Amino acid sequence: MKASQSTAKPALITTPKDTEIRIVRTFDAPRDAVFLAYTDPKLVAQWMGPRKYRMTIEQMDVRPGGQWHFTHIDTDGTKYGFHGEFREVVRPERIVQTWNFEGMPGESLQTALFQEQNGRTTVTSIVKFERKEHRDGMLASNMESGLNEGYDRLDELLRTTH
Amino acid sequence: MNSDTLSATFQAVADPTRRTILARLAQGEATVQELAEPFPISQPAISKHLKVLEKAGLIERRREAQRRWCRLQAKPLQEVAAWATEFQQYWDESFERLDELLKKEKGT
Repeated sequence: MKASQSTAKPALITTPKDTEIRIVRTFDAPRDAVFLAYTDPKLVAQWMGPRKYRMTIEQMDVRPGGQWHFTHIDTDGTKYGFHGEFREVVRPERIVQTWNFEGMPGESLQTALFQEQNGRTTVTSIVKFERKEHRDGMLASNMESGLNEGYDRLDELLRTTH
Repeated sequence: MNSDTLSATFQAVADPTRRTILARLAQGEATVQELAEPFPISQPAISKHLKVLEKAGLIERRREAQRRWCRLQAKPLQEVAAWATEFQQYWDESFERLDELLKKEKGT
């Protein structure tokens, strides 16, 4: 029998404000389970990032003021480091944490909200950038999609809510 | 991913006037005068914006007789677009893996 195709919908990524990106995705699981998958390092290591990357979690102290640090390792050995601090942890509703992508300018603040309905959980992540230009490249790429075909996912990525 | 190019591109497109100029150039080459037309600002002000775009490698300028032409250089924008696409793919693939993990956790 043929394996069933994934019916998962792509995450809806929008840019509601000049300095924000919003990512919304619904999971077929109760809120407690989804929240745990976001906060237990053993579980996080099993899903965060593309499949081809290996992930190491150097630190993940899930409480206000706690630090986190993880590394994605590409198949060619290239390392991508991320780190930040937890600012708010309200089980199982909300996580606020800072994000730094090592080597890229600017720190962002990410708020993840967990809402359950009929046993399904919607996670809304709001990523706030310090500066408009850190996010404005998104607007530029919207224009670019008119120039070059092939970036077919950009429409979704760049769709604004206003 | 070249973060220097990304930063310079982000900086260059942070301004709405410059984005409008780029959108116009996406349709084809234009003279400085044509580019300035839709804006209620002086030509020197437009020249300043063009300088920023040129420095970021987003446009190319040339002179022909008395006319000054500008042309779009799409490469830096492609890098930004690639970065944006990567962002979507990063999260889509992560979330698919999370689906699988949640399914597995439910089953046990």
